[in-house]
Amino acid sequence: MNLVWIATLSLGCIGAISAVILYFVAQKFKVYEDPRNEEVVKVLPGANCGGCGYPGCGGFAAACVKATSLEGMLCPVGGAPVMAKIAGILGMEVAEAAPKVAVVRCNGTCANRKKVNTYNGASNCAIEAALYSGETGCSFGCLGNGDCERACQFGAIHVNPETGLPEVDEELCTGCGACVKACPKMIIELRNKGPKSRRMFVCCVNKDKGAVARKACTAACIGCGKCAKECPFEAITVENNLAYIDFQKCKLCRKCEAVCPTGAIHSVNFPPRKPAEPKPEAPAQPAAPQSGTAAAPTAQA
Amino acid sequence: MLKTFRIGGVHPPENKLSAGQAIKTAELPKQAVIMLSQHIGAPAQAVVAKGDKVKVGTLLAQAGGFVSANIHSSVSGTVAKIDTAVDVAGFQRPAIYIDVEGDEWEESIDRNETLVKECNLDSKAIVERIKEAGIVGLGGATFPAHVKLTPPPGATATILIINAVECEPYLTADHQLMLEKGAEILVGTELLRKAINVERAVIGIENNKPDAIAHMKELAAAYPTIEICPLKVKYPQGGEKQLIDAVIRRQVPSGGLPIATGAVVQNVGTAFAVYEAVQKNKPLFERIVTVTGKSLAHPSNLKVRVGTPLSQLIDACGGLPEDTEKVISGGPMMGKAVVSTDTPTTKGCSGVLIIRDLESRRKEMTACIRCAKCIAACPMGLAPNTLMNATEHKDWERVEKEHVMDCIECGSCSFTCPAHRPLLDYVRMGKARVGAIIRSRNAK
Repeated sequence: MNLVWIATLSLGCIGAISAVILYFVAQKFKVYEDPRNEEVVKVLPGANCGGCGYPGCGGFAAACVKATSLEGMLCPVGGAPVMAKIAGILGMEVAEAAPKVAVVRCNGTCANRKKVNTYNGASNCAIEAALYSGETGCSFGCLGNGDCERACQFGAIHVNPETGLPEVDEELCTGCGACVKACPKMIIELRNKGPKSRRMFVCCVNKDKGAVARKACTAACIGCGKCAKECPFEAITVENNLAYIDFQKCKLCRKCEAVCPTGAIHSVNFPPRKPAEPKPEAPAQPAAPQSGTAAAPTAQA
Repeated sequence: MLKTFRIGGVHPPENKLSAGQAIKTAELPKQAVIMLSQHIGAPAQAVVAKGDKVKVGTLLAQAGGFVSANIHSSVSGTVAKIDTAVDVAGFQRPAIYIDVEGDEWEESIDRNETLVKECNLDSKAIVERIKEAGIVGLGGATFPAHVKLTPPPGATATILIINAVECEPYLTADHQLMLEKGAEILVGTELLRKAINVERAVIGIENNKPDAIAHMKELAAAYPTIEICPLKVKYPQGGEKQLIDAVIRRQVPSGGLPIATGAVVQNVGTAFAVYEAVQKNKPLFERIVTVTGKSLAHPSNLKVRVGTPLSQLIDACGGLPEDTEKVISGGPMMGKAVVSTDTPTTKGCSGVLIIRDLESRRKEMTACIRCAKCIAACPMGLAPNTLMNATEHKDWERVEKEHVMDCIECGSCSFTCPAHRPLLDYVRMGKARVGAIIRSRNAK
């Protein structure tokens, strides 16, 4: 019987002493954590995609709580509604951030871009890109092995077997940028989704000289600069034989698309053009470009 | 017992179809296309302009940095344009186009075939001549020769090793060069030995070239400083690190330079080019290329001017066979499949290999059966299967920890894998990624 008492007492004493020590240690090394952190994490989608530029949702929440304003902070997956909730928790104003979408800047379909050799190595863009220029004469274009597809957590990008090019599902794309990082040819770009999802972009990244680019692909940008001359807003720059449309400056007037000799400039989600525009209307356009061009076709539709 | 390296290695079928074929001189091209980056390091800067008349041996482009090399004209004629040309990998790279007119050489080049043994230049002057002549490692890596001959501060060379291993299957260019130009190679070796101030030079030759070993031994009897070292046949013995291990039993430390073992390695073709540059004042503008393949009518060893299109070399050996599926620049193990046969020959092109329809295809990949054959085959003592797995999972920390940067990309792992897994492809990708990570870390 004695043995039981001794055991109980000694263990009880050890427990009591440890509890006291632990209590003081916990007080000494207490880390203050903002309780709002947890609330913000709860609101976030929990995809941990890293699209915001922070290491996962926890990192983004901590950054939001620390920040003085929410400007430049955006959860690409949750978008505006989630940012509004966060702003509510933190008592800050919502910063308007334009939603982004991934854009595949290559139109080298099987028809446009002829195969000149066959690749039968591992089906992985990064590996193929490290080995050589690719199956076609264009050393800048899409390889079509689907590294972007594998990188996407939202199933928003798929390689179309008919064209051999990836296609982005706008509804599903959150603009997290995982595919941008995965593409070894740097073809995919995050661009502003644009009003009514309408946007213009140069669907080519070929920096070869015009003749070389054209020989490799009929839809290539040949760097002729017609679009840059035509653009009333100086949104287009031509560098290294390649045109680029700055989506911050672009007013979606679609003039560049009309003059591009190879059709390398693409417009998305615009209604069909008017068959033949009456001439007197034309001079009015540069003055009120956005309403003039974007609205005119809508009216017709 | 014959010497060889101690870790790993494989023995691919040798297929030395062009062995014993005397070196023939290839015809001059109508237009030579001379790439401006034919070496590892910065591209050379063109010093000629469109319309300039050039002779054989005229300087076309100057080295664009310390690790770079001069480029000389291989033909005489007029510079047609300075533009881009498709390189072996299919990328557009700057190149000089020269329309060929006649074959007029620079007067400074001694075209006499007689052997010149004496050389009164000191080591610095020899290295300077080599640098001027634009000599790069002719084994295939095309590392500028003068850089290797200038050991970094703190390192001292104790031995010169001449790489005459030619472990790549099919290739016979070095073999034939030894048979025909053995005496010149030995003079070149002496010059290289003098350039780095060492007492001893060893020429390592694999045992599948008994005639070359006998021939070189006979000639080397006159040189007390040069030793001929026959080596057991094993791939990749021609790798710098493997050859050092085979000859002097020292291993290059992980991440270190070969000079850490005291050895300077130069290819046998480089030794011949050094002889020509120093004794005959002839810059590097031609090399021996093995044009071979099982389906090719006449596999041969050609003396080719740099800038000749590969298609012309293939035509000279019987034309491109109908069932060709792949043309490789270099050997079958480490060479690169070319995108177009219009690609010009470069200084580093040791062979043109025609692969038939059936041989070229990759076999279907199956699951890893954990047989560890790749680990046994890796000459650097790495675990290719682990590297491939870690690369697939993008676990770059693990890839780095497994010493991916030590991989010499010899392809022994892929060659030996019974499941036909693309081990090298993944390891190479991992190496590229980890290399980029290390560089960005060092930049910080």
